[in-house]
Amino acid sequence: MPRGEFLSLLGPSGCGKSTLLRIIAGLTPPSAGDCRLAVDHTPGRIGFVFQDPTLMPWSTVLSNVLLPFRITRRAGAAERERALAAIRAVGLSGFENSYPHQLSGGMRMRVSIARALVTDPDLLLLDEPFAALDEITRLQLNDDLLELWRERRPTILFVTHSVFESVYLSTRIAVISARPGRISADLAVNLPQPRDRATRSSPAYATMCDQVSGALARAMGAYS
Amino acid sequence: MNRLWLRISAPVTVGALFIALWALTVWFFALKPYVLPSPIEVAESLWNDGRSLLGSLLFTLGVTLAALAAAVLVGGLIAVLFSLSRLIEISFFPYIVILQVTPLIAIAPLLIIWVHVLTAGAGGGDHPMIALLVCAWIVAFFPIVANTTAGLNSADRNLIALFRLYGASRWRTLWLLRMPTALPYFLTGVRISGGLALIGAVAAEFVAGTGGAETGLAYRILEAQYRLLTARLFAALFLLSLTGVIIYLTLDLISRQLLRRWHESATTGELD
Repeated sequence: MPRGEFLSLLGPSGCGKSTLLRIIAGLTPPSAGDCRLAVDHTPGRIGFVFQDPTLMPWSTVLSNVLLPFRITRRAGAAERERALAAIRAVGLSGFENSYPHQLSGGMRMRVSIARALVTDPDLLLLDEPFAALDEITRLQLNDDLLELWRERRPTILFVTHSVFESVYLSTRIAVISARPGRISADLAVNLPQPRDRATRSSPAYATMCDQVSGALARAMGAYS
Repeated sequence: MNRLWLRISAPVTVGALFIALWALTVWFFALKPYVLPSPIEVAESLWNDGRSLLGSLLFTLGVTLAALAAAVLVGGLIAVLFSLSRLIEISFFPYIVILQVTPLIAIAPLLIIWVHVLTAGAGGGDHPMIALLVCAWIVAFFPIVANTTAGLNSADRNLIALFRLYGASRWRTLWLLRMPTALPYFLTGVRISGGLALIGAVAAEFVAGTGGAETGLAYRILEAQYRLLTARLFAALFLLSLTGVIIYLTLDLISRQLLRRWHESATTGELD
């Protein structure tokens, strides 16, 4: 997987997408075989965003975003600046001292993304981060994620089961089949960058979505 | 505003009606004061014996608060130890349960003998207060251990994964994640223990009997019973209930203050 790529892992529930992310992050040991990464496991090189915002309810937004530094006792003035910049980047300026329970679901997700970005990771792992959000918030966060990716260019591995989301966001899509979990299709998405609202209504987007849907249907049909 | 007024006025009305009914019953059946004194006689006793009863109250309160403090300290430490090692937890937890389910009243005589022997051996004379304290502590520390252990072990799985991802040490995870997660559980334990410490102190005092120069409220109740001073018995009982309520309200207030910024039990619902 080349540096700076936005790869989506698309597949039905239970095909092991989330497990794959956890193995890559070094959180779960692989049951067989090994996992080779060009990214080292030094803390902070990998960012992880879960399906739930996974914030600490007793900490403010700023304190939550500072967590990666607080864990290793490095939260100084420079880190504070970086945390404030990350909060600004996800559009939450002015909410630094709010508590998670005072924020909406979408805003909490933004805090979670800011926390993953604050160490400026080489690899960003996102495990269905927008699955629990409403459609409007989801589209908005898709655009925001693309903008963050364009600015900072981390390699992104994005797990989803939405065809539209994967086509809109990625440069490449790996379709995974369930039982056994295999990559059954590997498709490049050659839609022009930067992508915006116009992309969603372009014929090329529709064609690509159709193609990916077909690949997904084959992946699901082949083994069920 | 209206709700608050009702919350105060409704129970007060019930209380007033109850006292009126009580006074009426005593008057109607012409009950002897040693069977059931009238509310006025109880109030008189409270007024006349107030000074000495207050001294006893302070003694009982002292034992209760010291036992609660010890329970918070030791209970908290044991819970942290349990959360650090599953082996220690499964090895010792059954014995803590046994200590808890054995009625205190049954252990108290044994404890009193031991404390007596120990303090006499140390040459420090008799210390009845220590025996009472140990008894109250035994009943009070279990809810703190049980709740805090549960709290320390219920940290969000994904947050634990995140802490590992960023290379957190055991202690860092304990300090930044497990302890804050356990705080509401711990505070619930403390609130329960506050009531239990008082019960433990009173029960122990019933068994220990007179505590030399100093006597607590429980002993005053026994004494009033022997002498058929039922009005004084009621007065002591009233003070005891009042103490329990004040302990509970104080702990509840502390708990709310500590959790008010973030916990659901203490925050008013805001936008979601």
